[in-house]
Amino acid sequence: MNALRLSLYGWLMVLPAAALLGLFTHIPVVESFVHSFMSTDKPKRPSRFVGLDNYDTLIADPIFWKALTNNLLYALGSVPLSIAIAMLMALFVNDKLAGRGFLRAAYFTPTILPMIAVANIWIFFFTPDYGLLEQMLKPFGLGGYNILGSNNTALLAVTIVAIWKESGFFMIFYLAALQQISPELKEAAAIEGISRFTFFRRVIFPLLMPTTLFVMVNALINAFRVVDHIFVMTGGGPNNATSVLLFRIYEVGFKYFDFGFASAMTVVLLCVLGVVALGQFFALDRKVHYQ
Amino acid sequence: MKALATLGRGVEQGAAWLLGLLWLLPLVFAVWTAFHSPAYMAHFSLTAPLTLENFKNAWQAAPFARYFLNTTLLVIGILIAQFTLCTLAAFAFARLPFIGSQVLFALVLMQLMVAPDILLLENYRAIKMLGLMDTLPGIALPYLASAFGIFLLRQTFLTIPKDLEEAARMEGCGPLGVLWRVYVPIARPVYVAYGLVSVSWHWNNFLWPLIITNSVETRPLTVGLAVFASSDQGIDWSVITAATLMTSAPLLIGFLLFQRQFVQSFVRAGIR
Repeated sequence: MNALRLSLYGWLMVLPAAALLGLFTHIPVVESFVHSFMSTDKPKRPSRFVGLDNYDTLIADPIFWKALTNNLLYALGSVPLSIAIAMLMALFVNDKLAGRGFLRAAYFTPTILPMIAVANIWIFFFTPDYGLLEQMLKPFGLGGYNILGSNNTALLAVTIVAIWKESGFFMIFYLAALQQISPELKEAAAIEGISRFTFFRRVIFPLLMPTTLFVMVNALINAFRVVDHIFVMTGGGPNNATSVLLFRIYEVGFKYFDFGFASAMTVVLLCVLGVVALGQFFALDRKVHYQ
Repeated sequence: MKALATLGRGVEQGAAWLLGLLWLLPLVFAVWTAFHSPAYMAHFSLTAPLTLENFKNAWQAAPFARYFLNTTLLVIGILIAQFTLCTLAAFAFARLPFIGSQVLFALVLMQLMVAPDILLLENYRAIKMLGLMDTLPGIALPYLASAFGIFLLRQTFLTIPKDLEEAARMEGCGPLGVLWRVYVPIARPVYVAYGLVSVSWHWNNFLWPLIITNSVETRPLTVGLAVFASSDQGIDWSVITAATLMTSAPLLIGFLLFQRQFVQSFVRAGIR
């Protein structure tokens, strides 16, 4: 009787959160799949089942492939670099360097700025005529180059912005992990006369592995989720050079109102995230050895 | 050997500072631009006169006061709702062995992977169906049941010894009483941590509000700023930069004042 009552209590307490989660996460996931097999609802032609039509369009669409490639490059560029920089930052701040508080603040500040604000700041940084980058390059006879307006460099520019914004955030997790490492290890290494680099490579780096895995998963998710700066900096251009999946979904869904096609792209995006989830699941096995 | 170690430290110190300055450079540049007249935009001189003119112009050029109000209401509303919903759910998952709780918890964790932003097409339909287009609740609703919050609080509640609970039970508290009198007070630092993460997250959120709002009365700061910066009415960069700093100011100032708590909160929220 009592167990039953507790169970009822449990359900009642979970219910509001579960209902909202279902409404805005689980049902939408299922509906994305369903709608990807349907045509877009139009005033004279209501939505109907069209099988794989949307996917056929998708495969034939060069802009989709461009956005997918861009997104992978964006992830490939931003994830390892922001992880490496975050680790470096954490090592710096964890050592007792002069101006430690200032350095920590300097590294972390971009994290709390809105991505839209960050984008505005960087647009100006990259501006051809009077941007700061131009000012710095001019004495070397370089410059006069429209970084955001060129096919070759625009994606690189938005990737740099993502790295700048996120490294400080990931630093925090490394800092937390470094503070958990016993100081005795360091003392032992000092007695053995092991160089600091070897100590890092053989002791610290492996001990940080679980954190690296955690950060990597988050960085990967962000690489497919955080697209705000692209709206402001390039609008996906020039020539879709900076269009990524979620940005393209927005464009197709809310500018061209082709929901069926956009749903098919959402399914692709969900599959990418599913792969990340699976990767995390299997990497968990290896993570255990270090704990 | 010793000299080498000293040299190594010197190099590290130098590298750390170089990275720090490099990281601040874009921000310093923005602050410079915002506080000087456009004539000094790319012209650095210590004698350049400071001015607040850009901020004044920005404030008058767009309804930023209203945007500030919208964002504030949005962030506070989301925070209250998240605290309530996540506390209840987390307590049930941690302490009430109800039927199906493990399956349900696994389903909750799914949201950590698939954020509501990814599902903007379907969520847009849902909000439209509910008649909440262009309203603050419409922006807030998909985020209220946060898997992150539920997970964080559940982990915290699990570490609280059950003996404490027994004591409260003896005095005749029901599950809700126990939660309110025992669990919530002990978990206070976690609420602060989660609160800071949530506030900075929703203060900065852009894409979803962009889709849901289309009027001044509901637009949050981020969307307002983007609209302002993209309207080509000959607004100069100094003014846009001033507006940019203005919209980030509350979080930025809060961070600089409470740096230690901020960083510790993020650490606390990050260790799972």
